[in-house]
Amino acid sequence: MDLTLKIWRQASAGEKGKFVDYQVQNISTDASFLEMLDVLNERLVREGEDPVAFDHDCREGICGACSLYINGRPHGPDKGITTCQMHMRRFKDGETIVIEPWRAKPFPVIKDLMVDRTAFDEIIQAGGYVSINTGGVPDANAIPIPKRDADTAMDAAACIGCGACVAACKNASAMLFVSAKVSQFAVLPQGKIEARERVQNMVAKMDELGFGNCTNTYACEAECPKEISVSHIARMNREYLSAKLVSQKE
Amino acid sequence: MSLAGLFLTSFLVVHLGINLLILFDKSLELFNQAAHFMATNPLIQLFQYVLFFGFILHIILGVVLQIQNWTARPVRYQKKGSSEQSYFSKFMIHTGAIVFIFLIIHFANFFVKAKFGHIDPITYDSGTYENLGQLVVELFRDGAYVIFYVIAILLLGFHLDHGFQSAFQSLGLTHSRYTPIIKGFGTVFSILITLGFIAIPLVIYFSF
Repeated sequence: MDLTLKIWRQASAGEKGKFVDYQVQNISTDASFLEMLDVLNERLVREGEDPVAFDHDCREGICGACSLYINGRPHGPDKGITTCQMHMRRFKDGETIVIEPWRAKPFPVIKDLMVDRTAFDEIIQAGGYVSINTGGVPDANAIPIPKRDADTAMDAAACIGCGACVAACKNASAMLFVSAKVSQFAVLPQGKIEARERVQNMVAKMDELGFGNCTNTYACEAECPKEISVSHIARMNREYLSAKLVSQKE
Repeated sequence: MSLAGLFLTSFLVVHLGINLLILFDKSLELFNQAAHFMATNPLIQLFQYVLFFGFILHIILGVVLQIQNWTARPVRYQKKGSSEQSYFSKFMIHTGAIVFIFLIIHFANFFVKAKFGHIDPITYDSGTYENLGQLVVELFRDGAYVIFYVIAILLLGFHLDHGFQSAFQSLGLTHSRYTPIIKGFGTVFSILITLGFIAIPLVIYFSF
């Protein structure tokens, strides 16, 4: 299949970017979206041009490295998958595809379609962990956990931190990501110990970094490649409000 | 934001209840009586300030949040997405702004006149009241005003439909069993409030 690609090109964070049109020919319908970009890049290298920079790593849909805002949708038109798992059969021959980087103030463009997602790491550093003091390894079954809670925590932990929720949100809000990282601990006994500090610190960090506010449009849930539920956002709101209400004076 | 919104919603119910009295009593006695009660009862007078505060809080918070949301994405997308699960959830600030403009005009038309201006009194068997009902009826004889009023209320309805369930989500009040009920109730409630408010100018325009 032949396609016209409208790709955002930007040499570096400080420079102005613009859309550049590229024609690609004879793309297999079985190729993945990233393989299609590989074909374009190989040609650009052969022609002595600068290849298009984009993030990718495992290409198995589990690492969260790939991104791309394709035709108005993070990770493209399919539901519940990352860009690397999307195949060209999803597009029509002769179609024009607009490819943009994630757009959010805390995600500055590094080059072309690559954005700096360090902001997510900073939110995790603010409290997205369980402190383990030194000692022997505890027995895995020593703490009883209801199946339902274990499943809820696992569903939240499925978040790969790709940032599609921020990209999809009209407010560039990171609430789905942060709430998944809060929820995966909040429902488990091991996570409850630091729950109050965790939710307050992570939300404060999220606001400080300049992400937008949640207005419950639920675009994040619709675009999340791991289909993380907005019920986690409600849980985080609940955790946050109660932590704020009952936390002691310093 | 959510608490102020839910509080303002409760006000709409009271307001609509009183307005509907116009339709049930063409002599306007019931409505004028109710309006007189609302204007003179000391507890309601006190509550009026709480209501003002609720409006101001909701508006200021809404604008501040919106500005933060706009600045969170300094470079816009060329191809805009539309993954939202309800169309009007995207336009809360816009529907809110139009309802706010409506509110100012509404205030000038009724509240300011009732509070500071002169309204002709009318005497019934039960007593003499300011004939506020007559003011309503006269305003709704103007077709252009009726159209403006209906559009503003429709937008308020869309604002409510998203806002109602959104408030519960923001407060963290969700539950696998009750959230679907809250969402359903919010939609039915928004439709009833909208139809109720719209019915009044239409009935007055066409049959008074």
